Amino acid sequence: MKSADAIIEVENLTVGYVRDGEEAVLLQDISFKVLRGEVFAILGGSGSGKSTLLKHMIGLLKPMAGRIAIDGDDIVAARGVQRREIMRKFGVMYQMGALFGSMSTLENVRLPLEEFTDFDDEAIDLIARTKLYLVGLSDAVHRAPAELSGGMQKRAAIARAMALDPAIVFLDEPSAGLDPITSAELDRLIVRLARTLGITFVVVTHELPSIFAIAHRVIMLDQRTHGIIATGAPAELRDHNSDPWVHRFFNREPEEVAP
Amino acid sequence: MRVDASGVTYCDGSGIAFLLDLLHEGSRQGSQVTITNLAPRFAELLGQFDHACLDDALPAPAAARLGPVAEFGRALLQLGGDLKYQGIYVRRVVLCLLYELRRPSLVRWKEVLGVAQQMGVNGLPVVTLIAFLMGVVLAYQSAVPMRQFGAEIFVANLIGLSLLRELAPLMTAIVLAGRTGAAFAAEIGTMEVNEEIDALITMALDPLRFLVVPRVIATMLVTPLLTIYAGMVGLIGGGLVMLTFDIPLVTYYKQIISVVSIGDFVGGLFKSVVFAFLVATVGCLRGLQTQGGPRAVGQATTRAVVSAIVLIVVFDGLFAVAFNLLRI
Repeated sequence: MKSADAIIEVENLTVGYVRDGEEAVLLQDISFKVLRGEVFAILGGSGSGKSTLLKHMIGLLKPMAGRIAIDGDDIVAARGVQRREIMRKFGVMYQMGALFGSMSTLENVRLPLEEFTDFDDEAIDLIARTKLYLVGLSDAVHRAPAELSGGMQKRAAIARAMALDPAIVFLDEPSAGLDPITSAELDRLIVRLARTLGITFVVVTHELPSIFAIAHRVIMLDQRTHGIIATGAPAELRDHNSDPWVHRFFNREPEEVAP
Repeated sequence: MRVDASGVTYCDGSGIAFLLDLLHEGSRQGSQVTITNLAPRFAELLGQFDHACLDDALPAPAAARLGPVAEFGRALLQLGGDLKYQGIYVRRVVLCLLYELRRPSLVRWKEVLGVAQQMGVNGLPVVTLIAFLMGVVLAYQSAVPMRQFGAEIFVANLIGLSLLRELAPLMTAIVLAGRTGAAFAAEIGTMEVNEEIDALITMALDPLRFLVVPRVIATMLVTPLLTIYAGMVGLIGGGLVMLTFDIPLVTYYKQIISVVSIGDFVGGLFKSVVFAFLVATVGCLRGLQTQGGPRAVGQATTRAVVSAIVLIVVFDGLFAVAFNLLRI
């Protein structure tokens, strides 16, 4: 059953991995909701399980327990055609873009439209070019991904993720590897797309400037407790959260090294 | 013990380790070691360490290696698991292939043609070289001993049957395993490492349909053509050698025609199609199984070539038995 304003619902999720034949839990029994139209950030230190959680939410990995509902449909339990239908409700921008190297930028964005719509070639071309224009890549449509800079590749990947006008776009470390100016430009793009198109963005990041620039709400994962240590607006967590680790994270204070 | 470090003008990480060891050794033996007059910048560095850390227990030794019998059993289990996975994968590829061939509009023909051009046209030089030399070597190696019995004319029989029935399909497939199978594994392995396969999956696109089936179709279309070509080139090589043994080309040709049947020719082509399927599916499988960084791509490429060659040889043996039983 859909909640009135939640587009993603994660319930009692436990995720981990198997190493040397033994199960290791990364996140234990976590629950949270992502509201429709918001920019939601998943934060945490290195090794806290941010990217692993994202991979579970987009259906690449199967959790040990729990439920993940994407716009009302459980992606964990779904199989076959139903699962593919759920996957078409969202787009994903991977950390390094993951553009298909054998295709041009335009062809990358055209691909989902060619596969899942009945539009003719002209319409597909128009829609794809519009998406690239929205992300500021109208001059790079015929370039191969290898010819694009890191920032341009991420923009192209966002355009591809938005090709089918999904309700949700997942971004895995969008600022990774970018200089501060390019990162800020990408942040502005995300904010603009969220505002104008009403897309819900789920962003995995640990870049503080980006968090404050784009996120409406964040959850913070904690490697020590294997759970969520804080939830709320970024400024609220920075100024009013009592947990010392949260305070150190938002104020960029390194942990004291034992003398 | 007092260590006067006033003369220390240079101290790197190894130097700090030496000083730490001094302090630790003193502590272990119950005597106090003090380091004095160490330059402030070195003292600050030394101050970050507690020599007691050298007392930390060594990591637990690695688990004892299994005995040979247990190791063999573990390897067998792993092989069984791998074979089971490969069986499931091949079944899915075959089903996907049959599904798409019944609906040609679903096949990514642009990808098929691109792969066919790369492996077929671009593979002609190496296939030509190997096939020609194979014919030459086969002719020489057999003609010399046969000449002793005045039977060098029958070299044509040997070359004709061996090449068209066995060697052309086998060698062409092995060349393709090294060239095409490795390329598939490297390309798809790199896509796996770059998360492009994940991108396909989350775009609700089946990597088998998108990547594997076009490659399998292209390989199965081109390999028989390359095999025929390799056979012809090999025969030419053999024929040129036979000229040096005073066997005219006309005689050589007639001898081959008299002994090679249509069944030999078709049997060789059938094997080439099966070998092509094996090379393409295994190459793509190893690519999809890649996990990790660039090193894993290299390992996947090697595994693709080795697996393909082993399968080719095994299936060639099976075909030999089957053809013998069927009297083909």
